Amino acid sequence: MSVDTATVRHIARLARIAVTDGEAEALVPELNNILGWIEQLQEVDVTGVEPMTAVIANHLRLRDDIVTDGDKRDAVLANAPVTEHGFFAVPKVIE
Amino acid sequence: MTNLTDLGVAAIRDGVREGSFSAREVADAFVSAVEKARGLNAFVIETPEHAIAAAEEADRERAEGKLRPLSGVPLGIKDLFATKGHQTTAGSRMLEGFTPPYESTVSGKLLAAGAGMLGKLNMDEFAMGSSNETSAFGNVISPWRRKDGGNAPLTPGGSSGGSAAAVAARIAPGVTGTDTGGSIRQPAAFTGITGIKPTYGRCSRYGMVAFASSLDQAGPMAQDVRDCAAMLEVMSGFDPKDSTSLDLPVPKWEANLSSDIKGKRIGIPKEYRIDGIPEEIGKVWDQGIEWMRDAGAEIVEVSLPHTQYALPTYYIIAPAEASSNLARYDGVRYGQRRAPDHGSLDDMYNATRAAGFGAEVKRRIMIGTYVLSAGFYDAYFNQAQKVRALIARDFERVWQDCDLLLTPTAPSAAFALGEKSNDPIAMYLNDVFAVPASLAGLPAMSVPAGLDQQGLPLGLQIIGKALDEQGVLNAGLAFEERAGFKARPEAWW
Repeated sequence: MSVDTATVRHIARLARIAVTDGEAEALVPELNNILGWIEQLQEVDVTGVEPMTAVIANHLRLRDDIVTDGDKRDAVLANAPVTEHGFFAVPKVIE
Repeated sequence: MTNLTDLGVAAIRDGVREGSFSAREVADAFVSAVEKARGLNAFVIETPEHAIAAAEEADRERAEGKLRPLSGVPLGIKDLFATKGHQTTAGSRMLEGFTPPYESTVSGKLLAAGAGMLGKLNMDEFAMGSSNETSAFGNVISPWRRKDGGNAPLTPGGSSGGSAAAVAARIAPGVTGTDTGGSIRQPAAFTGITGIKPTYGRCSRYGMVAFASSLDQAGPMAQDVRDCAAMLEVMSGFDPKDSTSLDLPVPKWEANLSSDIKGKRIGIPKEYRIDGIPEEIGKVWDQGIEWMRDAGAEIVEVSLPHTQYALPTYYIIAPAEASSNLARYDGVRYGQRRAPDHGSLDDMYNATRAAGFGAEVKRRIMIGTYVLSAGFYDAYFNQAQKVRALIARDFERVWQDCDLLLTPTAPSAAFALGEKSNDPIAMYLNDVFAVPASLAGLPAMSVPAGLDQQGLPLGLQIIGKALDEQGVLNAGLAFEERAGFKARPEAWW
């Protein structure tokens, strides 16, 4: 599989990373080299093999459905680039 | 009197306990060593006040007869661990200025055990790199230099490069590292120190800035095996805040350390004898095999048939998980924000991430996004997850024939900064021996084995069964006793 500039732009959009025309062009060979290299995995016979999702057998724990924390508004907002009236603030999304 | 900064974790702990010196004297010595070594760029921020306060507390504890396991020991903490009230950046511009209002479980356990913090250690951005050249805060320079008189600045390895450099330069007796695909073991090998990645799930990932969640694991890096055992004991343990944390008691690894490995079967995987790596690595490996035999172990040749696929598998799975984990850096809740005038919310995300991430991080996010995208998910990501199962199965099978594996840690000694930075795949190959154990979640340790012709350290890796950290540490100790590695970089910084 190989990518072209249009694909790189598409991936960049999905990844929410702005790229300039120059950057997109530079990324084409870079990504193709890496994708070409990982292509070798296609030769492995994986018939009947389940995809591995956990390395060590462990069951997913559920915690009790109780409030364990709260009243942390100031701590939660402390590192936000912009806040307003006790909320995270972002550029206007609705006219 | 001995130079206090020459002492390791256990020696400092014991010396403070016995009253050979005060914790304050130790902290002062390391704080001043850290200041003098700024040329290495090992620390992103220094926190001398923290180390000194903890030392004063330790001296009070001693007077009252209630010392804790690491009282009086100043440590360096990799900047991947959230530290309450102290900037945590994971080596990224994106998180510059981020001051966590909470403490990671691992660093919290070390501090609760009485350790002080000398500062936050530099690292590859979001732990993505094998040379420390992707840090937004500049390269860490290895304290080691080649004997060729050229003085070319060398890499300390990565991503825990600041951690490795700090221990090697004796500006911290012990440090935390994190290992996703070799980020503790490869830098330990490059700098002539010891580092262990425990079984996945031993150390809580809570408060560790996430890279690839199914692989990330914290571990200690220190001068020797005993120091690693002492630190790992404190760092490990069940944490309800991490759903992948193992609910198991922590063994007394340090008290049970024993270099008696008579009758242990040490496997030598034939697939790790790969072409194109320096002859010296093979020689050191053969020497290591002899040492194990000398210690009474039985050497058996074994096969891990899917070894060659481990690295490409890793470079699908890790970027896929990274692309998902790093979606949180959107300029809303923390970190940097770039908002173009009159731009939309999407414009803000795009601009923030373009400005905040470095080239390697962008490259990996893009690869990860691609392999997870519609149409490619099965061909790449699912295929990689299946190959990962085969790699883990290789290890399962090999444990029928042996108890531990002995392999090289890295395919070369430390290289010069800049030497591989334009060739991502050459850089990725650095973790060729480290990645398989990561994919299988197994404990693995690098122990210094000797020097190459340029006078640079080479390490060997011991891989164990899941949860057999004791076996790994014991074999490491037997190895260490025979290797007698005492080389240190000459101070030029």
